[in-house]
Amino acid sequence: MDLGRDAAQGVERFMAAVVRKQLWKRIFLNYELYVFLLPAFLYFAIFHYAPLYGLQIAFKEFNPVKGIWGSPWVGFEHVVRFFRSFHFWTLIRNTLGIGVYSLAVGFPIPILLALMLNEVRNGAFKKTVQMVTYAPHFISVVVMVGMILTFLKTPNGLVNQLLRVFGGRAVAFMARERWFWTVYVLTGVWQNAGWGTIIYLASLSAIDTEVYEASIMDGASRLQRIRHINIPAILPMIVVLLILDTGHVLSVGFEKIYLMQNPLNLAFSEVISTYVYKAGLQSFQYSFASAVGLVNSAVNFVLLVTVNSIVRVSGETVLW
Amino acid sequence: MKRETAGDRVFLSLNFVFLLLAMAVVAYPLLFVLSASVSDPDAVYRGEVWLLPRGLTLEGYGRVFENREIWTGYRNTVLYTCLGTLINLAVTLPCAYALSRRDLVGRNPITILFTFTMFFSGGIIPTYLVVDGLGLRNRIWAMVLPNAAAMWYILIARTYMQNNIPDSLREAAFLDGSSNTWFFLRVVMPLSAPIVAVLALFYGVQHWNAYFNALIYISRRELFPLQLILREILVINDMGGSAMMTVESAEAMARMARVAELVKYAVMIVSSLPVLIAYPFIQKYFTKGVMVGAIKG
Repeated sequence: MDLGRDAAQGVERFMAAVVRKQLWKRIFLNYELYVFLLPAFLYFAIFHYAPLYGLQIAFKEFNPVKGIWGSPWVGFEHVVRFFRSFHFWTLIRNTLGIGVYSLAVGFPIPILLALMLNEVRNGAFKKTVQMVTYAPHFISVVVMVGMILTFLKTPNGLVNQLLRVFGGRAVAFMARERWFWTVYVLTGVWQNAGWGTIIYLASLSAIDTEVYEASIMDGASRLQRIRHINIPAILPMIVVLLILDTGHVLSVGFEKIYLMQNPLNLAFSEVISTYVYKAGLQSFQYSFASAVGLVNSAVNFVLLVTVNSIVRVSGETVLW
Repeated sequence: MKRETAGDRVFLSLNFVFLLLAMAVVAYPLLFVLSASVSDPDAVYRGEVWLLPRGLTLEGYGRVFENREIWTGYRNTVLYTCLGTLINLAVTLPCAYALSRRDLVGRNPITILFTFTMFFSGGIIPTYLVVDGLGLRNRIWAMVLPNAAAMWYILIARTYMQNNIPDSLREAAFLDGSSNTWFFLRVVMPLSAPIVAVLALFYGVQHWNAYFNALIYISRRELFPLQLILREILVINDMGGSAMMTVESAEAMARMARVAELVKYAVMIVSSLPVLIAYPFIQKYFTKGVMVGAIKG
């Protein structure tokens, strides 16, 4: 028995050694591939994993002289301070408000536009619409905000001129804090709705024409075809994008909001990312700002997981 | 397929009208900026410019050409865009090819390790501390290294190579004694030309339009990219510009303010020019890139 077991173990060890040797041989033969990976590896290590390591300063009293490792631990002090600060609820309201507003308005419009574009049979017209509506996507944030500020000027910006022509009164859009969310969201739709159709148009073009032919035989109208063929076809894509976008609700873009801010609209325009920037890089409270950023990422992650599991319960395509 | 009912025809007409409207809404502001940039600023102020230019003038463009900072910014942005895109491709393509090889030992763990960075990041402050710690502040490298690659684009390139470079091709090349490097440079790269073009364009536009890295890492004016100069002209000057007005010079100041508006329109056009000129030609590549990413991420 013992002998048998020893022998079996010996064979196993031998086989394992052979496998290991083959593994090393495969690695050695393809060593160049690891050289190919090296730049990317270094990049992710330095600019992504090192900051993740540095995130511990959220729980420390960071002192540049002592460094990240040498600074003393303070536990959840910064997180608690953020929760208790009077900014907290304003920041949450603005971040969540702008995020949800953007999602509610900005998410359905590309779907609608794609469904409509898909019905166009005139190729030249379709291409023209696509070309024009994609264009704003390539305008830089700075130019975009420049356009917003110029157009919304009181009393003589383009929008106010138009309002007056149609019998309305000039509105001080950038000075009225209540307008901030709407201006942010609608200009975002203007810039990105066209671009957002691409992904849906791709799935729509993948639908088998036989399905259409059969439905036409059965006397389905165009609206019925949209409802019973097109929408189900892009539903998985819609769900996946919805989950991903929900995961980003709290990470509303720093770049555009920061440029659109002015002292008059700050009560409705200060969001977590702009606050992190100001607290960290303008007031040098590195630890506190990192803690705020960490809370933001954590909430985002929880949202992503929650939406994903809600969708899974309802039996749709999910991320994992 | 030609069996449109009356209802369908109504639907198609409405559809056409609605899309036409959507197109007009998107195009109008762009056309207005173009017209306003060559119009008499007083006419723009009085609201006489609606679609076509009034009182043609090139004063706005003249002032843009006279502004040295804009040109320095332009030069810097061209430099950052070229260098940055080259670095992006040099990091992205070899990595994507290695990850596309099913016989790569450790392929899955490495992919997961890299993909993790798409969902979790240290955030603004820890990243800033790393860049600062490396002594990159106020150096060109701060503009190109912290975004030397994006995992999303690596995945797009990997998927493309996986689907378009047959294993048999590699086996044949290896039988002839080719090395991985030779195969990558002489076979994979030429076969991947479309995706290389797409990635170069994506990365390039990002560099051209970026201002965030410059905002936090660059404080020396001679290193400012165009977008930071634009920010001063278009955004910062916009606030509180009228505060310094004195009574006697009010009219002159008002005139100056209107010329400043003209300069804004002109600078919007000048700064977007490279992208806008290239856009009609490269639009189909952009579309293709989004679709490759959509098929399998």
